[in-house]
Amino acid sequence: MNAENPDRRKFLGKTSAVVAGLAIAPGVFLYTTAHGRAPGEAASGKVRWGMLVDTTRCSSDCKECVVACNKENGLSGGTKATDPQWIRKVELTDKKNGRKLSLPVMCQHCEHPPCVDVCPTNASFRRADGIVLVDRHRCIGCRYCMMACPYKARSFVHETLTDQNPDVPRGKGTVEACTLCVHRLDRGELPACVEACAKTGRRAILFGDLNDPESEISKRIRTVASVQLRADLMLNTGVRYEGM
Amino acid sequence: MKTFLFVLLLAVMPAWAGGSSGPKLDIGKGGQCVEAPEFMRRNHMEILQHQRDETLRKGMRGSKYSLVGCIDCHASSKNNSVLGSNENFCQGCHAYAGVRMDCFECHSSKRKTVAEAGK
Repeated sequence: MNAENPDRRKFLGKTSAVVAGLAIAPGVFLYTTAHGRAPGEAASGKVRWGMLVDTTRCSSDCKECVVACNKENGLSGGTKATDPQWIRKVELTDKKNGRKLSLPVMCQHCEHPPCVDVCPTNASFRRADGIVLVDRHRCIGCRYCMMACPYKARSFVHETLTDQNPDVPRGKGTVEACTLCVHRLDRGELPACVEACAKTGRRAILFGDLNDPESEISKRIRTVASVQLRADLMLNTGVRYEGM
Repeated sequence: MKTFLFVLLLAVMPAWAGGSSGPKLDIGKGGQCVEAPEFMRRNHMEILQHQRDETLRKGMRGSKYSLVGCIDCHASSKNNSVLGSNENFCQGCHAYAGVRMDCFECHSSKRKTVAEAGK
């Protein structure tokens, strides 16, 4: 795991400024880096998908994101140790003053993912646009990645599954985790949890391209204090939290 | 030995392609396939393996080859699946050829529109 290279950051900053300058007119770009790639076009490293969770808007009695995730991806919704869970609602209490927080924790889609480092078969990988996935054609179910993940984000499928969602293949003996709803994203739709959260009116999850300085999420991260969970590990997560 | 097997295969193939022997399959909607049926019989696994890596690892969607596409055309009209009995498209031929396939341990064997309507 390399520490952040300041020169590289500066370079990336400049390039994105140039990209932003390619606009023909305000709001009209020569090309877009966001949704809707042409069919057959590979995911691009110009984009980095990320989420910003506003914990002040998230409530402990709401689990809509978890419910939507389970439905979209065909999870049972069980919470036993052996049940796959892609999003967990975590309740925090500050013991000193009793302040309570509730927040969804899922795969944080790190820039330097420990799960990818340890995978012996290259099944864990990071797609060009920053989404960390498991290639279950290669996964041998060793579960090293589950040990390596500081966020407890990955689950192992213990039981035979039937009637999977055609867009979300899942199977016994492999490890899985939040995919940022990659199948929806590639169609130009938002992840199921983001959509469900917006539907409740809370709008606690903001989703977008962290590399695009004009995206709503980048603007918000520039103006409001946000944190990465376990930032000390320097994984540079794609999921950020504000109001912690 | 290899040449002998190849000649034997050539001798057997036309009979199979002609439909006089081989498994009796419910080909579902059927119609124009993405490649010639003879080509698909021998190479569908290579095509699918190549396509799955491009789609999953690089994110290239919308290829003319896809497992969902196979199922959409070839799922049986009776149970909307490519599995179920030896008349169903995938299962029937694989049972006949004696080749195990792992695809459907993870992938849905049902036609997408039907699988989604059932949720």
